[in-house]
Amino acid sequence: MSEMSVSVSAPTVHPGSQPLPEAPAKVTARNLNFYYGEHHALKNINLALGTNRVTAFIGPSGCGKSTLLRIFNRMYDLYPGQRATGQLLLDQTNILDPKLDLNLLRARVGMVFQKPTPFPMTIYENIAFGIRLYEKISKSEMDDRVEKALRGGALWNEVKDKLNASGLSLSGGQQQRLCIARTVAVRPEVILFDEPCSALDPISTAKVEELIQELSENYTIAIVTHNMQQAARVSDKTAFMYLGELIEFDDTSKIFTSPSDRRTQDYITGRFG
Amino acid sequence: MAVQSDVIDDAGPYDRAKALSAFKLGDVTFYWITRLSAISVLLILGGIIISLIVGAFPAMKEYGLSFLWTQRWAPSADPPVLGALGPMYGTLVTSFIAMLIAIPVGLGIAIFLTELCPQWLRRPIGMAIELLAGIPSIIYGMWGFFVLGPFLANTFQPFMIRVFDGVPVLGAIFAGPPSYLSLFNAALILAIMVLPFITSISVDVFKTVPPVLKEAAYGVGCTTWEVVRSVVIPYTRVGIIGGVMLALGRALGETMAVTFIIGNSFRISSSIFAPGTTISAAIASEFAESDGLHQSGLILLGLLLFVLTFFVLAAARLMLMRLETKAGK
Repeated sequence: MSEMSVSVSAPTVHPGSQPLPEAPAKVTARNLNFYYGEHHALKNINLALGTNRVTAFIGPSGCGKSTLLRIFNRMYDLYPGQRATGQLLLDQTNILDPKLDLNLLRARVGMVFQKPTPFPMTIYENIAFGIRLYEKISKSEMDDRVEKALRGGALWNEVKDKLNASGLSLSGGQQQRLCIARTVAVRPEVILFDEPCSALDPISTAKVEELIQELSENYTIAIVTHNMQQAARVSDKTAFMYLGELIEFDDTSKIFTSPSDRRTQDYITGRFG
Repeated sequence: MAVQSDVIDDAGPYDRAKALSAFKLGDVTFYWITRLSAISVLLILGGIIISLIVGAFPAMKEYGLSFLWTQRWAPSADPPVLGALGPMYGTLVTSFIAMLIAIPVGLGIAIFLTELCPQWLRRPIGMAIELLAGIPSIIYGMWGFFVLGPFLANTFQPFMIRVFDGVPVLGAIFAGPPSYLSLFNAALILAIMVLPFITSISVDVFKTVPPVLKEAAYGVGCTTWEVVRSVVIPYTRVGIIGGVMLALGRALGETMAVTFIIGNSFRISSSIFAPGTTISAAIASEFAESDGLHQSGLILLGLLLFVLTFFVLAAARLMLMRLETKAGK
């Protein structure tokens, strides 16, 4: 937690940011509980992600932020012994419905991971691959979609001359933007970011943060981060989690200037974490 | 730091160079031991090649290159007529068919074990595969001779012969009569024998795929099949081909089981249900009673197998390199 103890005072919220008006809920959790086998990892979570808003999840390691994110697209389903109870809605769809088509759910709820995860194929194919899963389109249409996605990922200018190079040949920051472009290319409704910048240098981090801001015009975004300045910079709402519970959930400016819970206050000022 | 220098003075003159030279001797010894181990491999390899060439020399002088395309094998004729075409054909065909069967099945088992299999079934299947690898080849030979051969000759072979009767090329490949001893039976046994190699190596390399990469693929909405085809297999391609090569190497050289069930006929038939022979089977079945030119011919066969295996493995390496450049690495 060294990165946290550096910031003794609460980070400042980006200047001129007024809390946006309440947005209709895109994802709603009611009494959501999660278990790793016997371990009760999330306890009675109630919250709503506003449509086209950025919601940040902060809290010390092991508090359940990433776990919560992985429920939104049912990623936990890949592993036996993990289960969720309660209610979780994407618009009107019950995400926890065992009969739900997971491939369609994951097309609607995309995810970007902590480490860049380009697929072992060319840059072009990395983008086209996801699109091809859902749509049959011609070569020229595909070219357009790939270009658009790469522009959306703020990567087009850097890779337009080497679309046939391996995705693995890019730098870490470029790989992460490739992964964001790949996620955007499938046209999801919600994008989950699980500590997207923790493996990136400051310049790449700034680019990704800028990208998240732009994406929030069209997508509902949830971001888990260990970096409170980042949460303050990019998010509209912030949720503070501690030991599997949602302690406080409010406008980002409120959380970082006048939190109502003592534990939130202690965490954002670096007194524990 | 006066205290420290006192301590050193008390210990007497501290000869650092001497202490280090003791280590140096050990280092030199270590270097030479490892170096000799590495060199011994080259020596053994070179020795084998030389003794093969020396042993094969009389046959080489007698038959020259025509050894390669003569089909007739008549060691008791006077003078003996020896040609390697039959065994070479049998070796390549049985190995090819064996790989054709073993690669998809072996990869299928590996994919099932790593991606789909419920936890409780994993160990039993994994152990069965390991046990399959532990069965001595003579047992495979006996089983092939007494059980598999008659079974295939009574069921599978007549069926295939009937189905493909009259079809242009396939009709000749699956031509009658059914036989207990045939190229196909040998290939099937070989496939079963190399299956564990392909499976266990594939399982190991599949486990090296980072979970987060698979999650990312599931995250864009892939099904398990799409994840395996587009992420797991491309990511582990080099390892899989390594396993296949190991299996191919074994299939090319396997002797005992094949000798039992291939029929040891030097005649080349277009049908895979006809008896045939492989290089190693020919050597194993005739070497004990051979002498003179016949024995030299058998050694020349051995040399050929050596060269054949070398070329197959070299071709595989080449293929791998081309794949890598294509993937843009």
